[in-house]
Amino acid sequence: MSSRTGGRVRAPRLPSALGAFVRKELHHIVRDRQTLAILLLMPLVQVLLFGYALRTDVRDLRVAMVDPTPDVLTVRLRNRLESTPRFRVVSTATSTALLEDQFQRRVADVALVLPTSFADGLARGDRTPVLLVTDASDPNSGTTMQSYVRAALADFESDLSAPGRGPVRIQVASRMRYNPTLESANLFVPGLIALVLTLVSALMTAISLSREKEQGTLEVLLVSPLRPWQIIVGKVLPYLALGFAITCLVLLAARVVFAVPLRGSLTLLLAESVLYTIVSLSLGVLVAARTTSQRAAMLGALVGTMMPTALLSGMIFPISSMPGWLRPITNVVPARWFIVIARGIMLKGAGLGILWHETLVLAGMALLLLVAATRSFHARLD
Amino acid sequence: MTRADPAVTASSLGKRYGDVVALDDVTFDVRVGELFGLIGPDGAGKTSLFRLLTTVQLPDAGSARVLGLDVVKDYRAIRSRIGYMPGRFSLYPDLSVEENLRFFASVFGTTIEAGERLIAPIYSQIAPFADRRAGALSGGMKQKLALCCALVHLPELLLLDEPTTGVDAVSRREFWDLLETLRADGLTIVASTPYMDEAMRCERVALIQHGRILDIADPRTIGARFDRPLLALRSAERLRLLRALRALPDAHSVFPFGDAVHYADARADRDGSTVAAGLQRVLAEQGIRDVQVTPIEPGIEDVFMELMQRAPAATA
Repeated sequence: MSSRTGGRVRAPRLPSALGAFVRKELHHIVRDRQTLAILLLMPLVQVLLFGYALRTDVRDLRVAMVDPTPDVLTVRLRNRLESTPRFRVVSTATSTALLEDQFQRRVADVALVLPTSFADGLARGDRTPVLLVTDASDPNSGTTMQSYVRAALADFESDLSAPGRGPVRIQVASRMRYNPTLESANLFVPGLIALVLTLVSALMTAISLSREKEQGTLEVLLVSPLRPWQIIVGKVLPYLALGFAITCLVLLAARVVFAVPLRGSLTLLLAESVLYTIVSLSLGVLVAARTTSQRAAMLGALVGTMMPTALLSGMIFPISSMPGWLRPITNVVPARWFIVIARGIMLKGAGLGILWHETLVLAGMALLLLVAATRSFHARLD
Repeated sequence: MTRADPAVTASSLGKRYGDVVALDDVTFDVRVGELFGLIGPDGAGKTSLFRLLTTVQLPDAGSARVLGLDVVKDYRAIRSRIGYMPGRFSLYPDLSVEENLRFFASVFGTTIEAGERLIAPIYSQIAPFADRRAGALSGGMKQKLALCCALVHLPELLLLDEPTTGVDAVSRREFWDLLETLRADGLTIVASTPYMDEAMRCERVALIQHGRILDIADPRTIGARFDRPLLALRSAERLRLLRALRALPDAHSVFPFGDAVHYADARADRDGSTVAAGLQRVLAEQGIRDVQVTPIEPGIEDVFMELMQRAPAATA
């Protein structure tokens, strides 16, 4: 007995204990083949889904024209629309009477209503009003369709040498610059990276940490000389690596399949991804600290991190089209900032000089959450 | 710490979770080299007591010293010197036997080889399955592996929270054989169990109910505290027998007990065979004729039932 008391408090030999922890965690990940396969394949499937199936750019846009006073100019506008493969003019009427019915039967997506004596107005150089009615039952494709028609009108207008001022122009220009064809894959890939990173880091960490709670192994780890922060680091490191690998995979897939551009620095993008992963991992640890079962942790992570990432980050629904009270709330969603950064780097080629503000917000979040996560993880159970 | 000092001292320990009192005024000590049992039903407070002693939870009242160290102040020093198997401890099912052991060894800053002296007799039994995943082991094997993991860093005190729950009878016996070997080797062990046959293998047991210690005694002599005639009755019509016994004016307590019914008589001065003859007659009058009545020596369970029956009255 006396031979054993001599040791006093053995300081945990950090490299070996932590190394053992990381190795153990990697075993968990690699041996759960099913989950690992899902984690690796799901991002690829999502790239393909978002790229092909869930396009919000519209290919076959059916236009119903209302032209009370047809003449050469309006026919020219109509031909102009018809000549692009995107548009198909499905009807030309002299009154709006049939429009409601056409929308309801879904034979038209957009109605272009010209005023009486459209040509005269243009010729006089007046501000000629044109009514653009869009089937916005799907708000996303609605805005997209509207931009298409606006763009076509703007083209038409500039073709005319008449010095009139067009009915609409403003937003189209800014959109066109970075994403001229409005390819949805370009917009989705950054959001997708955020979603996948959230899934891998927040959800998987929350589940694996609460599993240790359920198994009773956490109680033993707590009683061990390992410090709480060492347990967290050991838990989190392998998922950080997994998240990094998956980010590379998504970027590669997006590039190969959809030729999504990467105009900025790859290093910066990956560094920002790591920053975002740290934020998500900390959230996962926080969720696990507040739940007692794997199921509760999974639900908590889904509701607390996945849902805001999918719905409130601007990934699918543009923040600008959210109601006013909801917009400030999106500021606390980390993915919102990451998506701005990723889109900036990938589509605009922006560097840290432009994105420092968003990066700072993300770094602040990472620091705050990391501290909170370590704090939430006491040296004791209560 | 000298040899005379207890390995564990608890003084008036209290713990509550919200409105639920888990432990109330718990005082006891465990001598160095002792195999000490905590006996009580589910929810009695055994797990809470372990959590206070292993320093993973803080007491709300009272104090405790483990290996001479305070559980609140010196928690870090205590942690590296105790071995602990929590109640639901089930290892990592996706790691192999050897990987589990190696992991817990490195977490405690040691190696399997260094822990050899203590774990060798146990590990030799599971060594043939070293490459098997822990999840594929039988219940008994799992518990042996868990025991190895708790011992690999050569702790001075072993704390086991219901180590044999959900394990078959043969493996339970083997597991307790191992504990006795460890104890003979000088290790101090505190183990909780709901099984009375396991309690019999401890040197002393504390009976716990509703967070209070009812009694602390040697399990082999605890029966002497039962000061009434006790009889075991068997009949094919067990339910009728129970009802008939409970209706008797002199019945002190009547409990179903395995395939028998244990009956304690309220008249403490009578001897067992007199009461037995009387019962036989009364029951026959009621038409229960196949009944066998035998006077018996009270066991630990009888004492426990008796104490449990008294306890709520004492607190009310």
